[in-house]
Amino acid sequence: MTFHKFAISALSLALAFSLSGCGKTEDAGNVIKIGSVAPLTGPQTHIGKDNENGARLAVDEINAKGLMLGGRKVKLELLGEDDQAEPKAATIVAQKLVDAGVVAVIGHLNSGTTIPASRIYHDAGIPQISPSATAVAYTAQGYNTAWRVMANDAQQGKALGRFAVGKMGAKKIAIIDDRTAYGQGLADEFEKAATAAGGEIVAHEFTNDRATDFNAILTSIKGKSPDLVFFGGMDPQGGPMAKQLKRLGLNARLLGGDGMQNANFLKLAGADAEGVVASSPGLPIDSMPGGPDFRKRYEAKHGPIQLYAPYAYDAVNVLVDAMKRANSAVPAKVLAELPKTDLQGVSGPIKFDAKGDTTGGAVTLYEVKDGAWKVLETVK
Amino acid sequence: MNRVLEPLRARPLLAFALLAALLAALPFLVGAGLGNSWVRVLDFALLYVLLAIGLNIVVGYAGLLDLGYIAFYALGAYLYAWLASPHFGLHLPFWAVLPIGAAFAGLFGVLLGAPTLRLRGDYLAIVTLGFGEIIRIFMNNLNAPFNLTNGPQGMNLIDPVKLGGLSFGKTLHFHGLTLPSTYLYYYLFLAFTLLAMFVALRLRDSRIGRAWAAIREDEIAAAAMGINTRDMKLLAFAMGATFGGLAGGLFAAFQGFISPESFTLWESILVLCMIVLGGMGNIPGVILGAVLLTVIPEALRYIGDLQRATLGHVVVDPSDLRMLLFGTALVAMMLFRPAGLLPSRQRKREFAAEDGVAAQEQSSLYDTKA
Amino acid sequence: MDIFLQQLVNGLVLGSIYALVALGYTMVYGILELINFAHGEVVMIGAMVALSVIGALMGAAPDLPGVMVVLAGILVAIPACMALAFGIEKIAYRPLRRAPRLAPLITAIGVSIILQNLAMLIWGRQYISFPPLLPRASFEFFGAHITLLQIVIVALALTIMAGLWLLVEKTRLGRAMRATAQSREVAQLMGVNVDRVISATFIIGAAIAAIAGVMVSAYYGLAHYYMGFMLGLKAFSAAVLGGIGNLFGAMLGGLLLGVIEALGAGYIGDLTGGFLGSHYQDVFAFFVLIGVLVFRPSGLLGERVANRA
Repeated sequence: MTFHKFAISALSLALAFSLSGCGKTEDAGNVIKIGSVAPLTGPQTHIGKDNENGARLAVDEINAKGLMLGGRKVKLELLGEDDQAEPKAATIVAQKLVDAGVVAVIGHLNSGTTIPASRIYHDAGIPQISPSATAVAYTAQGYNTAWRVMANDAQQGKALGRFAVGKMGAKKIAIIDDRTAYGQGLADEFEKAATAAGGEIVAHEFTNDRATDFNAILTSIKGKSPDLVFFGGMDPQGGPMAKQLKRLGLNARLLGGDGMQNANFLKLAGADAEGVVASSPGLPIDSMPGGPDFRKRYEAKHGPIQLYAPYAYDAVNVLVDAMKRANSAVPAKVLAELPKTDLQGVSGPIKFDAKGDTTGGAVTLYEVKDGAWKVLETVK
Repeated sequence: MNRVLEPLRARPLLAFALLAALLAALPFLVGAGLGNSWVRVLDFALLYVLLAIGLNIVVGYAGLLDLGYIAFYALGAYLYAWLASPHFGLHLPFWAVLPIGAAFAGLFGVLLGAPTLRLRGDYLAIVTLGFGEIIRIFMNNLNAPFNLTNGPQGMNLIDPVKLGGLSFGKTLHFHGLTLPSTYLYYYLFLAFTLLAMFVALRLRDSRIGRAWAAIREDEIAAAAMGINTRDMKLLAFAMGATFGGLAGGLFAAFQGFISPESFTLWESILVLCMIVLGGMGNIPGVILGAVLLTVIPEALRYIGDLQRATLGHVVVDPSDLRMLLFGTALVAMMLFRPAGLLPSRQRKREFAAEDGVAAQEQSSLYDTKA
Repeated sequence: MDIFLQQLVNGLVLGSIYALVALGYTMVYGILELINFAHGEVVMIGAMVALSVIGALMGAAPDLPGVMVVLAGILVAIPACMALAFGIEKIAYRPLRRAPRLAPLITAIGVSIILQNLAMLIWGRQYISFPPLLPRASFEFFGAHITLLQIVIVALALTIMAGLWLLVEKTRLGRAMRATAQSREVAQLMGVNVDRVISATFIIGAAIAAIAGVMVSAYYGLAHYYMGFMLGLKAFSAAVLGGIGNLFGAMLGGLLLGVIEALGAGYIGDLTGGFLGSHYQDVFAFFVLIGVLVFRPSGLLGERVANRA
């Protein structure tokens, strides 16, 4: 290779690259920027958009009412970003928001993106409130900037474990997890809680988030004759698993987390979904204190609620509430006020513990009856 | 652009000085023009350049199609996390961890390369693919019985690179100059990339490089010429893996969080795409490929933003387009420009000689059952 | 005992599916020495097309018996996959027949990515459920549950295998295929239209793939744009295990791999005290593949071939 030829091609590439972006405008004084990050492309687009819309509704309402900070009238601006549900992209958009001068971030949606991004927000010293990331590790990093408004996997796993033994009367329990951060985290917490409540774990089997064949592990589980099978994972595996469980004549109830508690599970499991129990963090929207009213306002603007919009809405309100108490939008001052949060949100009362988790995280259990999810009960 | 650059062809030294100045100023140009997030994209681009240079040794130089290359990236990253994070409570400095990680990955390169020595072409590809998946699956599951990798939860709070009192994880204020973390990593990665480039170029022009080329062209003839094909192939695997391990360590320090989902088969294929697109065997081509395939998906993101801004919703999902684009690029490159965008001179000749000697050589490759 | 028997049934059914897909790999590899990475994707397209037809039919003629609807789905999926495979071979592989060996392999990976993402654009990212059309009858056999569909899958695999063997051994086309596999140049000199033989090989493999695709989605009750990739890899491993290029080898390799996976996932955990458990299910296939390639590259039934691997 000739070196200078290479140098020239590299030069032209670099020039083109650095010249391609120009013209940024600076915003004047009274606008406060808040970031919102969720996957806006890819398989979770609808859930991501739902989070952003929830945050947007809150911002619009607050702006309409008017917000006074430090004696000045200020306006909130929501910058929506797309992290593609991918860790690498998450750090890039996190950086982008920090560059843009946001004072806080609502997001991200998934734990796998929320955790790597949290380091960037922490380094920048701005608060991050996730509406929906449930991995325990997120708030366990010792960052004073990491907060969330939804029950985490430990809280959900604990509720599920207690429910399985206490209410469903399970004595011998088999556990399957899908080896994703979510599934494994939930299954481990379930195992701890179920054991503590007096249940016996007779088998712990594994699958992955691409699998469709569970015959081998279910047969192996059948040999240990459990009365309940817990699955930590999502509906694409949960659906066929429910079918194969019945086909193999395994006489046990199937219990799962929020990854399974959705409409797609019902479709995939068909008639075999009947009797399956699954949980979801939080209350069903219509049982939330402000739920029906929120639904009306949200649907008037953004269409039907997909999943976590109320939490994104609450996250913005928690943030603005702290700003009001600090009488400032300066991140450091807001961070100092966040621990004192005591707010009646749409999803319920919100208070934080020392780590930044909600203390009031409720978990609701649902059962499939006549082909639809029916509320069993809500546990705290 | 070409006319502007023409005078530079005659003055290589000037071209170099300009290039050096440009590379040094690039983060500032990009940071001022496009924002700091694009400097982060640049950082990732450099990591991929490093990976592509490493894979190029195996695929481009020695002609061994490795579809599990990302495993070495993973090994380097995990080793960094083991030695510099709260997981085992070890916090060794990066200048100690990086070489250990690179050597560790290199060792695995030999270990995984050894059983595949007799395999050629497609079989090698599928076996390396298997190794790549095996390593990822082990990383994903080794949180029990002994918690080595923290399983699917990934390893968090990995130490950033620290040099003396300077932490690359924090913004540096230096005599009125503000250098954010991404800028610092840019210079670090650039230094390693230049080093890797230098090593790769010297290797290619060395006795070893010529031996690799001979094996790539005809292994039997190479062996007949007295080349120790076993050692040379193992060396190619080891060298490639070492670069991968180095990149992995840098990635772990930079990102601060690693989990098995960062090391899937698609990452291996992505790096392969980079060298195929740019030009197998040719370092500038490989660099071009790596930069293009890191920057294009980021640029595609703006297509999504643009649609949202103008139409209010996304009609064509850019993340859907991304993979489609990669696949099409692979096929189109092989069909129309098999030597890559910036081919090496030798490759160009090979691929150009459709009917002549090369064709005869190739036909002998197919007639292996005779 | 009933558990062991059940695992055996699980393995045999899974293995039959692997075997059906492996036939396509083994035929193409036998003739072109090309790992047709896109073959798994052809299986997926077969399932998707059939599901679309089934969905449309159920809407248009809700009174049609379920078995008929599924059959109609298969009958549309087969020509669709044949056309697809014909196109793939013609556009992506044929121009590269004289190119260096890496080229067609990289193209094959590219085609696989393209097909996956096209399928995703057409049919979406969601898992699509297979409607409950087929009878759910099941028998108990010494404590093991066996469904009608499972029996159909195994029987179909054996029938197709036998038919393919007859085709290759007894027909003119089969003879041409064997000749082309031995030496393309010589076959051409003997008056064999090599291009047509190769096209025919791809097309026959695709027809089997379409059937396999429908079987898989009916058995597991779903289809997804990603379903073909891992299945393809496993099936390729099966073909290598049995001896690539050998039809019976594909069958044997498929069945063996299926049983190894089922027994492995079912028993390894208990045997190793939980250290190696079902989380390593996918690893078994790769270990088998690597082991065979390293110690017996010609596979179980393949004749020893110099330089093949």
